[in-house]
Amino acid sequence: MTGPEQRTDTDRATDAPQQSGARHRGSPARDSIVPEADFESYYGRPIVKPAPWEHDIAYYMFTGGVAAGSAILGAGADLTERPGLRRTSRLGSAVALVLSMFFLIKDLGKPSRFLNMLRVAKPTSPMSVGTWLLSLHGPFSALASAAEVAGLLPSRWQRGPIGLALRLGRPAGIAAAVTAPPVAAYTAVLLSDTATPAWHSAHEELPFVFCGSAAAASGGLGLIGAPLGESGPARAFAIGGAVVDLVAEHRMEQSMGISAETLHQGSAGRWMQASKGLMVLGATGALLGRRSRAVSIASGAALMAGSLCTRIGVFEAGIASANDPKYVVVPQRERVARGEAVRHSG
Amino acid sequence: MSLRDSLFNWDGMANSLFGPLDPAPNAGYDDPPARKGFFTDTSICIGCKACEVACKEWNDVPENVFAMLGTSYDNSHSLNANQWRHVAFIEKPAKATPPVDLGMPTLGAAPNDVPEEEKPDFQWLMSSDVCKHCTHAACLDVCPTGSLFRSEFGTVVVQDDICNGCGYCVAACPYGVIDRRRGPDGDPSVGIAQKCTLCYDRLTDGQRPACAQACPTESILFGDVEELRRTANDRVARLHEQGVMDARLYGNDPDDGVGGTGAFFLLLDEPEVYGLPPDPVVTTKDLPTMYRRAGAAALALLAGAAVSFVGRRP
Ligand code: SF4
Ligand code: SF4
Repeated sequence: MTGPEQRTDTDRATDAPQQSGARHRGSPARDSIVPEADFESYYGRPIVKPAPWEHDIAYYMFTGGVAAGSAILGAGADLTERPGLRRTSRLGSAVALVLSMFFLIKDLGKPSRFLNMLRVAKPTSPMSVGTWLLSLHGPFSALASAAEVAGLLPSRWQRGPIGLALRLGRPAGIAAAVTAPPVAAYTAVLLSDTATPAWHSAHEELPFVFCGSAAAASGGLGLIGAPLGESGPARAFAIGGAVVDLVAEHRMEQSMGISAETLHQGSAGRWMQASKGLMVLGATGALLGRRSRAVSIASGAALMAGSLCTRIGVFEAGIASANDPKYVVVPQRERVARGEAVRHSG
Repeated sequence: MSLRDSLFNWDGMANSLFGPLDPAPNAGYDDPPARKGFFTDTSICIGCKACEVACKEWNDVPENVFAMLGTSYDNSHSLNANQWRHVAFIEKPAKATPPVDLGMPTLGAAPNDVPEEEKPDFQWLMSSDVCKHCTHAACLDVCPTGSLFRSEFGTVVVQDDICNGCGYCVAACPYGVIDRRRGPDGDPSVGIAQKCTLCYDRLTDGQRPACAQACPTESILFGDVEELRRTANDRVARLHEQGVMDARLYGNDPDDGVGGTGAFFLLLDEPEVYGLPPDPVVTTKDLPTMYRRAGAAALALLAGAAVSFVGRRP
């Protein structure tokens, strides 16, 4: 049959794999970490539908993570008098946020659709919750970066509204930092609150993977932009984030069951492999290269790239898991066989 | 319920996310009519596709994007935005051991003189699939715009003028039913989520849904869910008496992972043979856990940042 990784285009409804007979043996899995499963399916066609999203959503989660992590770093740098780190983080955060909105709106089609989501507030919809979180966090982040820009202007201009923006920089930055963590974490809920096997089965650990990834990326940005003397906290944040990302990802694979396979196969497997390599490389460089500006910049870039690869890898693994009925049938069958059929009790 | 309660009091909401429930009163209707649904008895489906055609005609659903799959007589692929009823055709090896002959009236073809070795070595299963109108509908739970709503009949309906095509419902449905419409060009609802409405417009008019009206064998029955469940249980019992031990109900149990479906089925084989998930669970059942874990991760992120600054002087 056609490998699931080759069926990740948007045209899914019509390009079901050609397969004769309802009996279907699981496709041979390369690097399978779970024994190959026997199961039946309807001509090997997908049971659940893959999310009709493009890579934009992965970029959206990456830039959202950078924005959130940088907002926190920016406030810390502001409070501890580290102007270089503050500037990088505040401006980086605002730019990342703008990019993040761009990718979201690109996926939705037009800006009015973002506004359309604000017509209701629905706690059962992580997308609704996320829209409100972004709307809460965004203005603070924008104000903090406006203050940063105001600070760059000649001092004779720093009066009136510009002076006000300057004075509001610190409170706005702190508010942005406090509202930032949910922005980084909710994207994990966004993915796992679906019937997509690889995303839903990861729901316990995915928030930690994504928050670790956000710390690694935003710390990485700090390493790139801040002078060596000020980059200590960014360095610690980045290394810690990379470690959390790697450890949580490992635990996630242990608890996901058979759909963890999709993190090792095809293009998702390559993205995840790249993400691990870049995280290890970046964290090691950040740890050992603290006296070299060049090494710091390279490590920061590696961590940012690693974070991006994690998002794309997790995204693609989910799409692959939705395209292969094995990941729907086998875990549900096994659960029933274990006597754990999901039944409401009391 | 206050905002604070609805955001934090998950225990109070637990039954709204999982477990047996009458959906319309739960959604706030004061005195709704009895819950309506479908019972599709696949044992008498002849695969004529009258339901598919009637649905398309009544609901003005455009033709599916045409592509022969070449695997079976199924040429309408799957349930999707352009296919609200879908007849599955399964061709599979005949059962090695025929049902026990209990000397009862037989189901299907009458006994004949065809010698065993000349009988075909395969069997056909046909089943008309449709949106399940779940008691706990993941699609409805996750929709960020409120475009999907619970009708007074307990069914789940999309308002295409509100949907913004985000596609979240597509990924959330555990049965792979709902999808964004893909064509034809120029159709104003391209990109908008579409699925069976259980002919909401006909129901408000006191009529049966088009598919049930058109089905010549009454394989598709429409009515009050309570009553349909009784009919379904009787039918299975009768088939079991006749030796058709493979007959089973699917989706009728209010204690299952989606709280029972409004549209349920009598199947003659395992659900996955028909392309149905064996034991689906509504994704929002785990939402409280997800939010808790995300909250913990968010706090860890903030704490991690604070620790990174502690004890360092610039
Ligand atoms: S079957 Fe899918 S589309 Fe239909 S109500 Fe249930 S979750 Fe929604
Ligand atoms: S695609 Fe439409 S109906 Fe589906 S979740 Fe998004 S807004 Fe709601």
